[in-house]
Amino acid sequence: MYNIWHIRSVPDINMSAVMVPKKVTRKWEKLPGKNTFCCDGRVMMARQKGVFYLTLFLIIGTCSLFFAFECPYLGVHLSPAIPVFAVVLFLFVMAVLLRTSFSDPGVLPRALPDEAAFIEMEIEAAIGSVPAGQRPPPRIRNVQINNQIVKLKYCYTCKIFRPPRASHCSICDNCVDRFDHHCPWVGNCVGKRNYRYFYLFTLSLSLLTVYIFTFDIVHVVLRSLESDFVTTIKETPGTVLEVLICFFTLWSVVGLTGFHTYLITLNQTTNEDIKGSWTGKNRVQNPYSHRNVIKNCCEVLCGPAYPSVLDRRGVMTEETPAVPQEPEAKSAPPPQTTRTTAPLIPNEHTPDDTKTKLAAAPEEEEKPHLPQDTPLPPLDTSAGPRPDPQSPQ
Amino acid sequence: MIHILHRFFFPFLQTHSLQDLRQQAPVAAKVFVQRDYTSGTICQFQTKFPAALETRIDKQQFEDTIRKLNSLYAEAEKLGGRSYLEGCLACLTAYTIFLCMETHYEKVLKKIANYIQDQNDKIYAPRGLLLIDPIERGLRVVEITVFEDRSTGPGR
Repeated sequence: MYNIWHIRSVPDINMSAVMVPKKVTRKWEKLPGKNTFCCDGRVMMARQKGVFYLTLFLIIGTCSLFFAFECPYLGVHLSPAIPVFAVVLFLFVMAVLLRTSFSDPGVLPRALPDEAAFIEMEIEAAIGSVPAGQRPPPRIRNVQINNQIVKLKYCYTCKIFRPPRASHCSICDNCVDRFDHHCPWVGNCVGKRNYRYFYLFTLSLSLLTVYIFTFDIVHVVLRSLESDFVTTIKETPGTVLEVLICFFTLWSVVGLTGFHTYLITLNQTTNEDIKGSWTGKNRVQNPYSHRNVIKNCCEVLCGPAYPSVLDRRGVMTEETPAVPQEPEAKSAPPPQTTRTTAPLIPNEHTPDDTKTKLAAAPEEEEKPHLPQDTPLPPLDTSAGPRPDPQSPQ
Repeated sequence: MIHILHRFFFPFLQTHSLQDLRQQAPVAAKVFVQRDYTSGTICQFQTKFPAALETRIDKQQFEDTIRKLNSLYAEAEKLGGRSYLEGCLACLTAYTIFLCMETHYEKVLKKIANYIQDQNDKIYAPRGLLLIDPIERGLRVVEITVFEDRSTGPGR
């Protein structure tokens, strides 16, 4: 917490000055959207973090069992490189996981009132007059990218025309650049800024899972040669648990890594793949692909590290304009929304949605193996001061 | 009045204070130069000259400013040996290197901030205009604040 100490003079006491801490308001405290911020704005996550804690627990728990039960034996009987490599891999997995979860995925800040008004003016000028009783046409801008017509949709929440490949995440209530999907396992959206960390996380986690699974089997086999199988299990009970966890994790994580490798070679996002944006019907092709697998991989994984355009740690001054909140969408959070099953497809906002947001249940598809998100337990509120959009500024 | 303030205060105040001072002058209009997506998702701005600036600034000067900004952003986002090297090195250190090192993009953003400051001081402030760094608007628009023109005679 950054504090400014300023001197306040107290005239009726002999002491001439009293030091009083003055709290500085940082911009993250007034940001709209449903994010949680920690460490004075340095850490940014989604609101629902239960599944993220589960991910942490599973990884740390399984690795701890591996280091406790298998590593001593394997380090001595096979090679000390085995536990060393396991430690390195574990640290790498944790580093990229935390990087994915804690970083800004590429959130686009909402338009300030002047900009929003300017865009409205342009739209109205383009549409002209609409006959009474008729619905106004959808707000779409067409741009030509690499000889393809790409439609830019207007976001009614953020009051901007979304850049190409950006999408609005209904869970975090932000427009995210190069939106891939919202991942409950990492507790954050996956977008332009953290996609490579997410991919490295799935890749390294696959390696770690395969590694632990393999050496569990090797360990059980080696030990069973000395004593018998039942004694081995009795001596290292953790092995059974590890093998079980690794077995089930393998299928999902390795599958996910394969899927994202496929997407990267085509320079596509999960969002575009699900919506079938570039399936080839109407002769529409992906305008962002370099048509070269290596070039696509290089761009996605080794491209420049984009900075965050969301100024979280800037100090709010009196002149800093605040983004106006939408009162009808943000009164007491409805129970359906917080208990939503983790959708992969963001709920795109239309003018009807913003008005009936409270009543409508989210209509996203859900993958069967994703768990149901529970409402926030009290533990989560201790993660840091979370900006409450309802509180008067 | 703005010219007098500019000449008197500029040697003494930090530049952001100069902008704060400018904000106290009445704002006539705000012009937003939108992004140009024809080359894809890289950050480029449209060079189309906005009608609201016709009486204030030369079309060529405006286009030069925008073109220079576009080239700086292109330099920041360039896919080449340098960005690949930076990416691989960062990956090998599990991205902990970014805790102490500045990325190439951030270095170019500083260059852009200096360029905009320079342009404001030399060209735009004398004409009663103010360029806002696009990073403060999420790299979506180049906002140009048009102050009320109180000087006698043409703005040039």
